[in-house]
Order: sequence, then C-alpha cells, then structure tokens
Amino acid sequence: MRVKAKLYPKEAARLLREQPGVREAVTGATLHFEANRKRAYQEIDAEAWRERARRVKDHLLTHLDHYLELAEKRLQEKGVQVHWAEDPEEAHRILREIVARHGVKRAVKAKSMLTEELGVNPLLESLGVEVYETDLGEYLIQLLGEPPSHIVGPAIHLALSDIQRLFHQRFGTPLDASPEALAAVARKVLREAFLTADLGISGANFLVAETGTLALMENEGNIRLSTSLPRVHVAFVGIEKLLPRFADLALFLPLTARAATGQRLSTYVSLIQGPAKEGEEGPQEVHVVLVDHGRTALLHDPEAWEVLRCLRCGACLNACPVYRQTGGHPYGYVYSGPIGAVLDPGLLGLEDTYPLPYASTLCGACYEACPVKIPIPKLLLAWRNRAVERGLAPTWEKGAMQAFAKVMQSPSLYRLLSKALRGFPLPQDLLPLLKAWTEGRGPLQPSPKPFHQLWQELKE
Amino acid sequence: MRVALFITCLADQFYAEAGVATVRLLRALGVEVDFPEEQTCCGQPAFNAGHWNEARHLAQRTLGIFQDAEYVVLPSGSCASMVKNHYLELLPGDGEALRLSEKTYELSQFLVRVLGVTELGKGLQGKTIAYHHGCHALRELGVKEEPLLLLKNSGAEILPWEAAEECCGFGGLFSVKLPEVSLAMADRKISTLPKADALTSTDAGCLLHLTGRMGKQGRNMRVVPLATLLWEAYAG
Repeated sequence: MRVKAKLYPKEAARLLREQPGVREAVTGATLHFEANRKRAYQEIDAEAWRERARRVKDHLLTHLDHYLELAEKRLQEKGVQVHWAEDPEEAHRILREIVARHGVKRAVKAKSMLTEELGVNPLLESLGVEVYETDLGEYLIQLLGEPPSHIVGPAIHLALSDIQRLFHQRFGTPLDASPEALAAVARKVLREAFLTADLGISGANFLVAETGTLALMENEGNIRLSTSLPRVHVAFVGIEKLLPRFADLALFLPLTARAATGQRLSTYVSLIQGPAKEGEEGPQEVHVVLVDHGRTALLHDPEAWEVLRCLRCGACLNACPVYRQTGGHPYGYVYSGPIGAVLDPGLLGLEDTYPLPYASTLCGACYEACPVKIPIPKLLLAWRNRAVERGLAPTWEKGAMQAFAKVMQSPSLYRLLSKALRGFPLPQDLLPLLKAWTEGRGPLQPSPKPFHQLWQELKE
Repeated sequence: MRVALFITCLADQFYAEAGVATVRLLRALGVEVDFPEEQTCCGQPAFNAGHWNEARHLAQRTLGIFQDAEYVVLPSGSCASMVKNHYLELLPGDGEALRLSEKTYELSQFLVRVLGVTELGKGLQGKTIAYHHGCHALRELGVKEEPLLLLKNSGAEILPWEAAEECCGFGGLFSVKLPEVSLAMADRKISTLPKADALTSTDAGCLLHLTGRMGKQGRNMRVVPLATLLWEAYAG
C-alpha cells in the first residue's frame, strides 16, 4: 500500500477541521473500549499476567529461528502447505499461484492487518477475483474504499448515520434503518459469499509452534466461516505471531480479549489443525504463508525490537488521547496510534515515517494498557533521538533546540532572556513556535518577577 | 534537614509564586531550603524531542549543581521524572546520575513519603478542587494519592472528573508540532471539567496550556499550581 505517514501532521489537522464527526465517533468508541479493558484488568492480577506474557513473547523472539522451524515441521506433519514470504511480492506470487491452480473466482476474507500490509485485496481484484471482507466493520470500509481506522474496530470512525447513508445508496435500505436491519442486509450478502467462495483468506492471532495450531479470535463467527467453508484456506501469519507451546494459549487468548475489548474471552476461538481428513467437512487445502516484511531486520534492532511482542489487540489505540482525536487514517499506514508510531518506522524505515514518533505526548497511557508491556514511550523516544541524529528534524526545530540549550547552559544568558520576556513585548506572532502556541491559547503571561529574583527577598 | 530546591524554568518564569509557596511551606515544616542559583532547565524539552546531545549537556550541568544536596525537591512532576528516571537513560552508568535520582522528589511526594506529613492545616476548608493528574507524575513517578491526600486533609473537596487522568495535550514541543491535536485534547479536558473553586496540578506546562485554552474560550476559573494550594492549606 502507498504510505502517507509523512503527511501525518497536515492530515490530522485537516481531519479535525473538516470531519469533526470522526473525532466524536472515535472518542466515544475508544472511551467505551478503554473502560471495558480497565474493568477486565481489575478482575485479574493484570500485572502478573502481563509480565508472564511479556516473558513468553521475549523467549519466543529470542529463539525465533528455532520456533519457526518447529512450526513449519508441525504444520507439514498435519498436511498444511507452508510458504515463506520475505516481502509483499513473494506473498503475491504464492497467492497468485494458488488462485490460478484452483481457478478461484470468489474469495472471502477474515479481517487481518497483515493482509492490509501485503495489499491482498488489490492483488486479488487485479486477478479478477471477487473479494468479500466478512468482518462487518471491514465490510463497511471495503464498500467505502477506505483503509481500516483501528486495528480491532476498522470502522470505528463511522457514525451510525454514515452507515445508514452507505447502505441506502448500495442496497436501498431506508435512511433511518436500525443497526439490526443493516446487519441483516450485510448478513444476507455475506452468507451468499461464504457459500459460493472458492477461497478463504485469514490472518492468525497466534501460531503455536509446538503443535502447528493456528488460533483465531473473533466475535462475529465470520472467521470460522471463512476458514471452514471454502475448499482452500490461506492464512497469512507474521513471523512474530508464534507462541512456543499450546499451553501458552491459556494465557494469551483471555489476555488478548481482555486487552482488546474487555471480554474474558472472545465469542469464538478457532483452533485450526490442518485440512479436513477423509470423511470430514472443511477445506481440502490449508496454506500458511509465513511473512517477514521487515520483521527480521527489526528483530535485530537493539533499540526497537520490543515492538514485535505486539498482539494487535488495539488496547494502546483505545487508551491514547492523541489517537482519539483523529482515528487511524491520518497516520497514513496500516498500523496507527501508539503502536503504529513505533511499528511503522521499524517496518518501513524512519525516512518514510518520520513524523509518527512525534504523534504522542509521551503520556504513557499506552504502556499501561499494553498486555505485553511494550515500552512504547521509551521506543518513541529512541525513534525521535534517531530522527534527530539522522537530520530528519526540521531546521526551525534544530535551531530552536540549539538556542534553547545555549541559553539554558548559561545562567547569565538565562537571566537576560528572563528580563527580555518581561521588558519588551515579544513578537509573539512573528516567531513560528510562539505563533503555534498563541493562536489557540492567547499570549504567554510571565509572572511579574521570576522566582530567582523573588528568592533574593526570601533569602534573609 | 536541608532541601535543595529545583524550581524548574517554567515555574521560575510563569508561576514564580508557586516557588515562593514551596519555600514557605518547606520552611514552615522545619526544613532548611537552598536555591542553587546556577540552575536553569533540566533538559526535558530537548530530551523529549529527541535532541539528546543538548539534553545531555543540561543533565550534566544539573548533576553538578545538585551534587552535594541532601534532597532535591521539584514542584513539578514531569521535571522530577526527568531527573529521577530519564537522566539514567541519558547518562547510562553514571553514578552521579544514580545518586541524584535517589534523592529527587516531586513536592507532594516529598512531603508525604519523606517528611511523613499528611496534614498541613485546614486552610482549604469548604473549597472545591479539580485535580489534573499530570501524566509523568501519575505514570512515571507513581504520584497519585499524595496530592489528593494533602488536599483532602486540608478540608478541600476533590470533585469527580471523568478526564482527570487523561493527558491534557501539552506534551512540550507536541503543543507546537501538532497544535490542532494538542488543542483538541485540551478541549476534551475542559469540556468535562467540573465547576470548581480551583483547577490544580503538579505541572506548570499542563496548567499554562489549559489556562490559555480556557481563556481563549472565555471560561474563567482559578488555575493554580499544587504548591500554591498546599501553602494555602497550611497558612489558611
């Protein structure tokens, strides 16, 4: 997909100005998710669960080659065809070959962020394959031609009225149709697609190396249908999504559900153990495509690798007051919010994503929410430091910081500035930094005397 | 007991009275107060923006200035966290940074945890207060109960505030790098703010940002640093 992360500051400002409804929809939904998460964390020893999950993921990531080999072996023993894709082009080649071999005309897709990374939908469409997103939110944005705005709730930015208008145009439903009526229309369309599709595509929440088990979590039942009704199932799995042991699911399934939506467990959990055997119903072929797409390089980055623990639960997005103002679109890539701000530079390079590490106030709410304790603020700081070292900071900022440091290293200069702040009215509208501040907040009003002057009177 | 006061540059320039209140309060509690006059800024703005070379020089300066202090107290949660937590990242393996980290406290944290003071007086009897948890005080220093305890015990009522623990959108350079998002965040805080006699917090930056935004919206409310209120709690 085309990466538009460089435009983040402009796009965020534009969205706030032109689409105020998005802010309202996203704030409402994320506050709701966030309250649910907090409640769900209170029911457990969240700190112990998170620490345990962190350790399992760190063990996995530090022995990734071993577990990848083990997973491949176990999957093959179960009759799964395993493929490796280093980049989107390789993933495309694999998928193109499967489509051609089976004469695929129609595909149903379970929601998957990795397939967004790989651009699976545009590829299938270019091959003449009709693709249906089957997660309700994902289906809505597919109809609108938009990318997901949130990892778990792709259509989080839409209001009910947006969906009513969309369905009115597409399916002729009344403009005041109830959510239930709208869901019924989508269900009818998607059911037809499930029953006639030749190919089902999914991601995976987890791939257990010990047993070669794909684990998929959902609330709507569409993932189960996408992966069991069509005769061919292809799962795209990021290499970091592995878990060492089957028993680890007992921690990760409920922890992910609590973090994502505040549920104790998602409504459906599918554990896929290979294609249907003789006499069983289910897909005749199961393919697992293990995708790198920048992950190995990131794993070897000592300052940034911890982001690979990510479970894609979206808890950090729900907790983030910055994300809440705009939703995910201005971030300009698949992963938005706090996790996007540290994952996107890792996957795509800092040059193409420079502003993203600055899309945070470092408030730390993301770290508090993260089920695997990814130190997002620390990673943001590391990326920022790197951005400055690579000369990506704008000239005005570099100049301002050098001047700031010069003044602050010299008490006499500092005192001079202090006098200037009071003595002469500052040209507040001329300096760009000051202007950005004063426009929304009015002029700065210093104390009549600075403290260091008042101290002289306090000394005696 | 002797305390070296790190007043922080923002408080020095914009909330000088809060510095005076801090001195008076500590003295009233029997603490000797120093104000090393060479001090300027802890380096936080540069550090948070990624300009670590600049920040490192300021950190080293600060280490020298407070080298001999018994305790270092700051009326600011984020600057306290900068000194206590981030100097260690900026100057890894520096023993002086570790020693400074161990003796540095935010003001309310120092009062409650070191001095063991939980009641200052009844000076805030009948006052209603909205308390904004500065993010770094709350999540990096773990300062949550201390300010509330001191305020409550002086007779103030802390009003429930849905967004009390949410970031106000200041974020240092964030406020000018992403001004529209920063203001939208302030608006969310302000729109949920209860009608109180005063809005307070540990951090001058948050207060400057919120005061400015409220002024722009024509909303009038007393906005005052925690240190000032704590002195009022004592002195009446």
